[in-house]
Amino acid sequence: MFSNFDYDVIIRSLPYLFYDGMTFTLALTAFASVGGIIFGTLLAMMRLSGFVPISVLAAGYVNLMRSVPLLLVIFWFYFLVPYIGQWITGASRPVQVGASVSSFVTFTLFEAAYFAEIMRAGIQSIPRGQVGAAQALGMTYLQTMGYIVLPQAFRNMVPVLLTQTIILFQDTSLVYVLSITDFLGAASKVAQRDGRLVEMYLFAALVYFVISFVASLLVRRLQRRVAVIR
Amino acid sequence: MNYNWNWGIFFQTSPDGVHTYLETLLLGTGWTLATALSAWCLALAMGSLVGVIRTTPHRWLVRLGNAYVELFRNIPLLVQMFLWYFVLPEIVPIQLGDWLKQLPDASFYTAVVALGFYTSARVAEQVRAGILSLARGQGWAALALGLTRTQAYLYVLLPMAYRIILPPLTSEFLNIIKNSAVALTIGLMELTARARAMQEFSFQVFEAFTAATIIYIVINIIVTFGMRYVEQRVAVPGLIGAKPAVATH
Repeated sequence: MFSNFDYDVIIRSLPYLFYDGMTFTLALTAFASVGGIIFGTLLAMMRLSGFVPISVLAAGYVNLMRSVPLLLVIFWFYFLVPYIGQWITGASRPVQVGASVSSFVTFTLFEAAYFAEIMRAGIQSIPRGQVGAAQALGMTYLQTMGYIVLPQAFRNMVPVLLTQTIILFQDTSLVYVLSITDFLGAASKVAQRDGRLVEMYLFAALVYFVISFVASLLVRRLQRRVAVIR
Repeated sequence: MNYNWNWGIFFQTSPDGVHTYLETLLLGTGWTLATALSAWCLALAMGSLVGVIRTTPHRWLVRLGNAYVELFRNIPLLVQMFLWYFVLPEIVPIQLGDWLKQLPDASFYTAVVALGFYTSARVAEQVRAGILSLARGQGWAALALGLTRTQAYLYVLLPMAYRIILPPLTSEFLNIIKNSAVALTIGLMELTARARAMQEFSFQVFEAFTAATIIYIVINIIVTFGMRYVEQRVAVPGLIGAKPAVATH
């Protein structure tokens, strides 16, 4: 079974796997989670807005993103981003941006829908009286949100946001379909070049497992520490 | 935007020479649903089993269940799919491996198994949470009435737990439909793959993706409303989720 298991192919490709592959995976995860949380928070505020067209728009966006597979969204944006680029820059033909840029855009916009739902729950967990108290002190909407509501909502939702980021980290493996050299893409390229699929895919699974598992243990620990005593 | 829209493309014959593009998308929808439903049966069965053993007093069974959940939750679905499709046939005995490789519709069976086990870990979490949300007294009452532990689970705890966790199970079911798109990487011609193929052959990118998006949304709406109806029918009387009883004369 493992008699002709070739450990050497893993050792030989380590620099490529981590320096080229994992760097991209981590960069995409970091960019999309930060961007997604910012845009997601805006979406959540829009969705909770009393102005109906804005809340309908945000709800529509979130529901649309959440009802289609990420892979389909990846394909959508891969073809759509050049046209959006053309529209923004006013160029005469679609702007060729490449698979990497399009994947950054895709993951940020897609994950924002999921982060928006988390932030909405976080905002809704704050007692309404606090908003009234802030307004009574003469705070504007932005001050109320920025100084009172959002800091507490973030604090309450940090574990959930981090759990979603771990899911995002695993989801980034789907950029494989755009032939990007992320961690899985790198493993897959070595696997096919050297005919070592068993070794490379098992190693990839192990690395993803260790990172996600350790991260989820840390989140669980954090969850116990930041839990607000009520 | 200088893109040539051509919605008539759906009624043109696709390169397979038999079906129109619209028909290929509908065939893909069939594969998506077949994959999702088959995988869901596996996920529900394995998820219930693992969820239940994690609530038993046997420490080793609980650990085994925890390990199962962590294993299937912490590896990306795409990697799991590759493991089942590319790695499994190589590490089992040669005859079995050859049989696996020659299986017709291998990508369908692989997708069902991969999706099923992947989702079962999430279902196990829900089932465990559902059972733990019940008052401890219910299990004790069942045992005091002389039911065996198996009977207590089958007739008392699980029927209650399933009714309580129906909403999160619905979103897992919606997830399994969406996640079935990952099977396109091992060659399953489901809906997203068909839209991609249509784009490659006809160059009508946005018509193909719009159609696939609409089909996914319609499936979502049907499942959501269907499950909302089921939720109301099976709601546990007296819980906040259930409609208050109406006094009738």
